[in-house]
Amino acid sequence: MALLQIAEPGQSTAPHLHRLAVGIDLGTTNSLVATVRSGAATVLADEQGRALLPSIVRYQAGGRVEVGYEAQSKQAEDPKNTIASVKRFMGRGIKDVAHAENMAYDFADAPGMVQLRTAAGVKSPVEASAEILKVLRQRAELSLGGDLGGAVITVPAYFDDAQRQATKDAALLAGLNVLRLLNEPTAAAIAYGLENAAEGIYAVFDLGGGTFDISILRLSKGVFEVVATNGDSLLGGDDFDQRVFCWVVEEAKLPPLNARDMRLLLVMSREAKETLTWNAQARITARLSGGAVVDVTLGAEKFRQITQTLVHKTLGPMRRALRDAGLGVDDVKGVVMVGGATRMPQIQRAVGEFFRRDPLNNLDPDKVVALGAAMQANVLAGNKPAGEDWLLLDVIPLSLGIETMGGLAERIIPRNSTIPAARAQEFTTFKDGQTGMSFHVLQGERELVSDCRSLARFELKGIPPMAAGAARIRVTFQVDADGLLSVAAREATTGVEAAVVVKPSYGLADADIERMLRDSVDHAKDDMYARALNEARVEAERLLEAVRSALAADAALLAAPEREMIERQVAALATVTATNDHRAIRQASEALNRATEEFAGRRMDAGVKRALAGRKIASLDL
Amino acid sequence: MKNHFELLGLRPAFALDAGALERSYREIQSQIHPDRHAHAGDAERRASMQWSTRVNEAYRTLKSPVQRAKYLLEMNGVDVQFETNTQMPADFLLRQLELREALEAARQPAALDSLQAQVSGEQGLLEGSIARLLDETKDYAAAAGELRKLMFLDRLAGEIDQAYEELP
Repeated sequence: MALLQIAEPGQSTAPHLHRLAVGIDLGTTNSLVATVRSGAATVLADEQGRALLPSIVRYQAGGRVEVGYEAQSKQAEDPKNTIASVKRFMGRGIKDVAHAENMAYDFADAPGMVQLRTAAGVKSPVEASAEILKVLRQRAELSLGGDLGGAVITVPAYFDDAQRQATKDAALLAGLNVLRLLNEPTAAAIAYGLENAAEGIYAVFDLGGGTFDISILRLSKGVFEVVATNGDSLLGGDDFDQRVFCWVVEEAKLPPLNARDMRLLLVMSREAKETLTWNAQARITARLSGGAVVDVTLGAEKFRQITQTLVHKTLGPMRRALRDAGLGVDDVKGVVMVGGATRMPQIQRAVGEFFRRDPLNNLDPDKVVALGAAMQANVLAGNKPAGEDWLLLDVIPLSLGIETMGGLAERIIPRNSTIPAARAQEFTTFKDGQTGMSFHVLQGERELVSDCRSLARFELKGIPPMAAGAARIRVTFQVDADGLLSVAAREATTGVEAAVVVKPSYGLADADIERMLRDSVDHAKDDMYARALNEARVEAERLLEAVRSALAADAALLAAPEREMIERQVAALATVTATNDHRAIRQASEALNRATEEFAGRRMDAGVKRALAGRKIASLDL
Repeated sequence: MKNHFELLGLRPAFALDAGALERSYREIQSQIHPDRHAHAGDAERRASMQWSTRVNEAYRTLKSPVQRAKYLLEMNGVDVQFETNTQMPADFLLRQLELREALEAARQPAALDSLQAQVSGEQGLLEGSIARLLDETKDYAAAAGELRKLMFLDRLAGEIDQAYEELP
């Protein structure tokens, strides 16, 4: 029998544990992993000292996978199997993908999220992203010397629910415990704000490889509050490369290109764009597969002209974000620039003109997001003592709603609502004796369903038969702190919980994820088992530690029998964790979770009372 | 279950110390926000999400004058009937027509700015009157009438916002 480790109330349990936690910037072009070591956030480099990992995955016959520089060097040679900018495909259907015709991939015809046919079989963007995350995870474990306790993964603020869910699924496939999905501009604001002790209203302008975000934040000591966010999840540095590419094809009067030449010229277009940041012109020379030679020179002014409409696309979101925040340009104290694409002079100029001030470029735009994510991961893992940590209040970028009669979208949770958020809406039956109802969940700002993004369809079954209009179906939308939506429904007059079967429009079903998980461990049964056991143990240990420290802090909130009951479940879980039975460990964990539900609620109530204790005299008793 | 005012430690009244609301909100979230409980077990993370959601909802409701007034009326058993009760004094309706015509005609940011200033001035007056009716005379029926007007203006303010978007 394992020994109980229960400390006296008020005493802290074990000596302070430092949990290994990382921040991961899963970028369109490059990905990074960072952590906080001896109080300072640092980006972790690979064995060759390189911080960036190109977000490129190459699948080979036989299932071998190359990620990063290795894959990057083969992209022109093996374009169909080498996937770049996979982030643009996350949670997206084939018709959402811009320039699909200029891409050298072999898209598989499937409903829902796009799939790519490769030498290793059909791959989902989620699997390709998981390959990138696995490499970063290994890098972190190697350099930190242990299993990761958890990771914060960043996503563009303007990512919709399907794109966020796809990112979380990728992390799950890579075996990461996701502490939080964090919005990229918010991560940047944390890094900037802490570094510069910034206070006041700040804007973060984040133009990455494939996405554009603008966030307005109110920074004060210990609080990062996102007031409004806006953006365009289909606008990024890649689009500037595309413009250069199209210009080259036209200028050199090239015939339709094969996949290899297309990728080759795209890579050169990207290089030309980067050259133009510091130089007045860029020369593009290439020998195509047919022997034809391309030799053109792009001047800075021409580059500005051909990308003018792209730069212009950032203005609308900036205006909307400010208006939603109820602020004017003059309220903004500084504009933090994030993302490699903000190096382009035309972007710097456009932002400077809009905000009527020089943008802040004192942080490395490639690294700032990963560094901020690492700082947040350190807080979420519980490594920062109270008082040294901070409160982060973020929002959802796009309104969530439901389709009503006539193809109209009914808004349930408006954009820029602080998360977590929940809102309920009542619906009723249309026909006598109706026992089922179907719902269509939408995200977006437009009135017509066809202009919004379809997230999922779900059906309610088992509504008790009643006269038309008598049933009261209460549908609750809950958005969690990751910005992810879940939907629940119940019939209010009878209390019947209707079964909700959600079919994601652009996501993966649970069965897909399970299949991918199985595939990812090379079909080996032992591995599967070892992984399940390891995960169950890690989770059980996390839970045990959390419950013990909760008991140490707040045992006073429990009556003696309640406390004994929880202690019994703690002991039971501790015992079973030592065995090799992952199912038994999971069951005991669930039992302990159930046993502590009431306790957890009381702890929150106590937290509220503690917070208000100092305020009572000031407000309530006036 | 505690009402929104109790939850945030405030006296239930329309007149509100915005600074106190903000401070309570932040201090409570500092204790219960999911980020504070990210490394805990499922039960605690769930409780934290539910409580944090409630506090966000309470804060959102109390921060907005329209929502705060509506909530206070509901606490006192009065339904505002914004959708069903469309009876409005004739002079108010005439004024609305005037403002809407001005909105239709506005083609310049300056015209919208001036319209916005007028609407916001009238919102301020209505809020003052609602504060008196709710907090001093406790005339809830009259307060509901004034609140319906304020909701009308709120909608108009939203349309003015939208119109900025559609300017050439």
